Amino acid sequence: MSVLLIAEHNNKEVKPFTLNAISAASQINEDVHVLVIGSNSEAVAKSISLVPNVKKIIHVNNSIYENYLAENYTSVILKLSESYSHIVCSANTFGKNLMPRVAALLDVSQVSDITKVISEDTFQRPIYAGNAFATVKSKDKIKCVTIRPTSFDPAPTSGGSAKIQNSDAGEASEISKFVKKEEIKSDRPELGTARVVVSGGRGMQSGENFKLITAVADKLNAAIGASRAAVDAGYITNDHQVGQTGKVVVPDLYIAVGISGAIQHLAGMKESKVIVAINKDGEAPIFSVADYGLEADLFEALPKFLEELNKLNTIQK
Amino acid sequence: MKILVAVKRVIDYNVQIRVKEDNSGIVTDNVKMSTNPPDDNAIEEAVKIKEAGKASEVIAVSVGEEKAQETVRKALAVGADRGILVKVDGAIEPLAVSKILQKIVEKEKPDLVFMGKQAIDDDCNQTGQMLAALLNWPQATFASKIQIKEKSLEVTREVDEGLETIEVNVPAIVTCDLRLNEPRYASLPNIMKAKKKPIEQINASDLGVDTKPRIEQIKVEEPPKRKAGIKVASVEELVQKLKNEAKVI
Repeated sequence: MSVLLIAEHNNKEVKPFTLNAISAASQINEDVHVLVIGSNSEAVAKSISLVPNVKKIIHVNNSIYENYLAENYTSVILKLSESYSHIVCSANTFGKNLMPRVAALLDVSQVSDITKVISEDTFQRPIYAGNAFATVKSKDKIKCVTIRPTSFDPAPTSGGSAKIQNSDAGEASEISKFVKKEEIKSDRPELGTARVVVSGGRGMQSGENFKLITAVADKLNAAIGASRAAVDAGYITNDHQVGQTGKVVVPDLYIAVGISGAIQHLAGMKESKVIVAINKDGEAPIFSVADYGLEADLFEALPKFLEELNKLNTIQK
Repeated sequence: MKILVAVKRVIDYNVQIRVKEDNSGIVTDNVKMSTNPPDDNAIEEAVKIKEAGKASEVIAVSVGEEKAQETVRKALAVGADRGILVKVDGAIEPLAVSKILQKIVEKEKPDLVFMGKQAIDDDCNQTGQMLAALLNWPQATFASKIQIKEKSLEVTREVDEGLETIEVNVPAIVTCDLRLNEPRYASLPNIMKAKKKPIEQINASDLGVDTKPRIEQIKVEEPPKRKAGIKVASVEELVQKLKNEAKVI
C-alpha cells in the first residue's frame, strides 16, 4: 500500500515543512503520493513532482480551494483514502487543524506529531512537551499520522519526475469561510527553519530592549525568538514565541538571553544542536541544557557579544 | 445560546514529570493535578460571553476518572452553571473522547462547544477537530479572538504565518489558544457556591461508545539527556568557543 501526503502551500509555492514530511513519509513506505489541493496551483504540483521521493502527484485544482479550510480539504481526502495505508501531513498549524477531522471520519485514532518512524505501524512521539517519548503502535487499518517537521530533514527538491494526475474537487463547504490572513512579513529567516535563533526572555525588561537581540540577530542572519514570559509581558508578538505553546525550533545555534528556562520554553528549543545561555542568575534552569553558559548581565554582554562578532573576519550565514 | 465547555484533568503544568521505572508510562500517584491550561481559557471565554448577555447557559463537561469531578467543580467555581462528568477508567484516546462528547452534544444541544486547543499531557491536539467532524460542524481551532455575530462567529486563529480570520456558522466548535483571554481565579464565595451546583454523573459504558484503545503504547522513555555543558568566563571566550569548537558561527 502507499502513503498519501497532504501538501501545504499558498498556490504558488510548497511550504518548507511539507518537504520534511515527505522525508518521513518515504521512511514509512517508498510509494509516496502527494495530494495538492488548491486553486491555480499548477506551479506547486510541478515543483513537488521534482522531489525524487515522490512517486505521484494528485492535483485537485478548483477555485473553491483558493484558501485552505479543513472542512473543504477533508471531503477530497476521504474520497481518495481507500487506496492508501497511510495518510500523513506536517504537524504544524496546517496539519494539526486538518488531520483529526479526516481521522475521525475514517474512524481512525490518529498518531500525532511523530519524531521517528520505527516501522510501518510503530512510531515515536513526544508527550508532556517533550519531557518523555512514547513508542506507539497503531492498530487501525488506515494510519493517520502527523509529522514533526523539525525531526526530519527536508526532501531534496530536484531530480525527480513524478507524474501529475488531476482529480475532481469535492463539495464546497458552506459552514465555514475564510475572511483574511495577516502574515507577518520579515526579511529574516523564518523562526521554524532558521539556522540560528536568538531569543529574549523576561530579562529583556522591555520591548525597546529587544533591539539588542535584533542587532545580534542581524549579524548572525538569525531569526528572533522569545519566551512566553516575554510575549505575555508584551515585549514582542506571539509569532516569535518558542516553547510548548509556541514553536518548536531545532536550529544549529540557539542563543537564549535573559530566559530562565521554564519547562514550557525548554520543550521548544532543547533539541537545538548548540545552545548558548546568557543570564545573570547562575542557578537558572536554562544552564542545565546549555552547551555554553555565560553568567552575566545581558545589557553588558549583548553589546560586547556584537562587538566580538564584528571582529570576526567571516561569519557563517 | 448554550455553550458546552470540555475540560480535562491533567498533571499540573509546573510539575516536572517522571517516567515510570518499567517504562510503562508517567508517574501520576501523589502528583498535583490541575485543569489543562487552555481549557481554563475555554471556560473563561464561555463565562465572559454569558456575562455579556450573549449566552443563557454554560455547561462544563469532563471525560475521565472519578477525580475529574474536581476539574468540573473548578469550572463551576469560575462561572459555569452546571457540570457533567462522564466516567471512564484508565487511558482514553481523543477519538473515543470525541465520540462521548458527540453523545453529550446530541443530548444537550449546545450552540457552541469550546475546549482547549491541546491537552498538555498527551499533546495530541485532536479532540475538538474530531468532534467537529463527527457532528459535521465547522471548526475554529487555535482561537485567540472570538467575535459573536448573528448566526456565526468570526474567529481569529493563531497560525504559523501569523493570524488568520475565519467565519464559522453556529453551531460550531472552537478550540482555544492561551492568548484568547486571561483566566480568572475563583473567589472563595464562588467556590462555596459551586459546591451546590449540580454535576450529573454518567458512565461512558452507558453511552454505547467503544472506548477500547486503538493505539498500543509500547513504552515511554526519558528524552535523551544533553551532555553537560560548560560555563564560559567572558564574552570573548564564548565567541571563540562558538567559532572554533562548536563551529556554528
